[in-house]
Amino acid sequence: MNSMLTVLLKEVRENLRDKRTVFSALIYGPLIGPILFVVMMNVMVNKEMAKAEGPLSVPVIGAEHAPNLIAALKQQGLVPEPAIADPDAAVRNRDTDVVLRIPADYAKAWSKGDPAQVEVIYDASQMGSGTPTRRLEGMLKRYSSEQGALRLLARGISPGIAAPVVVSERDQSTPQSRAGMLLGILPYFFVLAIYIGGMYLAIDLTAGERERQSLEPLFANPVARWRILVGKLGAIGAYSLASLVLTAVAFVVAGYFLPTAKLGMAFNLGPAFIADAILLELPLIAVFAVLETLVAAFAKSYREAQTYLGLLMILPILPSILMSITPVKPAHWMYAVPLLGQQVGISDLLRGNAVSAGDIGLALVCGFALAAILGAITAMVYRSERLAISA
Amino acid sequence: MIEVKDLHKAFGKVKAVDGVSFAARDGEITGLLGPNGAGKTTALRMLYTLMKPDSGQVLVDGIDAAVDPIAVRQRLGVLPDARGLYKRLTARENIDYFARLHGIETSLMHQRREKLVDALEMRDILDRRTEGFSQGQRVKTAIARALVHDPKNVILDEPTNGLDVMATRGLRAFMRGLKAEGRCVLFSSHIMQEVAMLCDRIVVIAAGKVVADETPDALRAQTGEANLEDAFVKLIGTEEGLAA
Repeated sequence: MNSMLTVLLKEVRENLRDKRTVFSALIYGPLIGPILFVVMMNVMVNKEMAKAEGPLSVPVIGAEHAPNLIAALKQQGLVPEPAIADPDAAVRNRDTDVVLRIPADYAKAWSKGDPAQVEVIYDASQMGSGTPTRRLEGMLKRYSSEQGALRLLARGISPGIAAPVVVSERDQSTPQSRAGMLLGILPYFFVLAIYIGGMYLAIDLTAGERERQSLEPLFANPVARWRILVGKLGAIGAYSLASLVLTAVAFVVAGYFLPTAKLGMAFNLGPAFIADAILLELPLIAVFAVLETLVAAFAKSYREAQTYLGLLMILPILPSILMSITPVKPAHWMYAVPLLGQQVGISDLLRGNAVSAGDIGLALVCGFALAAILGAITAMVYRSERLAISA
Repeated sequence: MIEVKDLHKAFGKVKAVDGVSFAARDGEITGLLGPNGAGKTTALRMLYTLMKPDSGQVLVDGIDAAVDPIAVRQRLGVLPDARGLYKRLTARENIDYFARLHGIETSLMHQRREKLVDALEMRDILDRRTEGFSQGQRVKTAIARALVHDPKNVILDEPTNGLDVMATRGLRAFMRGLKAEGRCVLFSSHIMQEVAMLCDRIVVIAAGKVVADETPDALRAQTGEANLEDAFVKLIGTEEGLAA
């Protein structure tokens, strides 16, 4: 026990003197997520809010053909802009989100009582065009149904005849659950903090020591190699844990800078969330410490290890990507899969749902079991002669 | 006391060590002499249990390295070919780290460290980080680190490599001191004069085999050469790789 602690303390102290490690583990890793998140959310929300509530400026082509329509749309908040020459190119080039075109025969069709056509020109692949387009369409539909109802009334028919089914929408999402959807990316930042927190240490403690040829004298000490390995893993875990805790604290602080009021949403980022989230992430600290050490042990140099671990960084993103492409229903078995369990669990916690002790227990047991298996493999690699021989 | 019996080690088809046997006795300095690539470092690495021999036996104070490698390492002080100091730690921290790995309690650790610091004349560099140390300062620190547990047996791989004249002389004096304390000192070198000057016994290795195991005088008598360097060349059968 003593020798393991000696190794742990030495590695922690030595790496506190390395600016690169300290910066990546204790500043960059924990803060990049929360800062990015707050900035992203604010920009996104402010943009959407402006589009959803402000006056809607839309270039209108052929406004002179339908003065009544334009007047009605103006009442609903439309600000008609002068006509533009090439509306198709304009929306493609993002000069404008959406263009309304009223054909010359609009007035003729209208006075005959035929359906009069108007064109809404937009590019659905352009981010940000969705809200203005939906708003314009909504205005047009409202005008259309009002006029339709008036025509029916003029013929002595109840407008209800033309609306056999009335849809009343009842959204079951709570403010927390809506926030949770937006916060789907947040669990990834936790995982990333753990990964980055331990990464440089893992490289330094195995590939780095090997490159600097200090592993050979170290192994000449009367300490079993697995004890040295455990000490090093402990040091990596300590940095990862520090990084994770800092991330969690940073997110609590970040919560104050999120535009929650504007969204009508609440984020559950209190101490209970933090405690549960850290508990849930604990096995990942062990898994990543071992995995990073294992990968670094195969590398011949610091640079090589850095490359491998950089590539491996894709791994913790996978569940987040998976969940955003194909939103799956959270199930209990998911807690048995490390990374996936954390993703599901933290998403649930953010929605304000409690994660049961059983699910947390399952995540802990399975995560630590995986760490133990990887640990056994790493210990085997550590025993090999090849590891210590640097020259 | 270090005994090596018929040690073999191959890397693929290359037989790095091919039947090496010798003994290094307490209170003596034994020199492992051979040209570069003769298998000295590989043989020493098997001694301090970094590598496992393909066959053969290593005994340190009668303990079989294959049976109880930890006990063997406790009885050895090792300066490997790779000095491998921790450059972000001071010389003192480097030494203390190894002392703690040996399980030495704090007051004894201070006492041992102080003694070594005086013997190696390294007080001026003790609290400097080892990054930027000269070759000589590095070797001093690495030796202090290797001997802080007061081992009976000392293995030094090419200890004077890269040192200037003053540092080399100091190191030789230090090694004689170890001998005077009754320790078993085994060191490797490819430098003839050094071995001749220091050793009670010379083990000459060439191409993974022991070609001579004698006192310097006996070596001269055996080869019929008055000059040790000529004797050495005659033994290894080539001048290749022999540095003066």
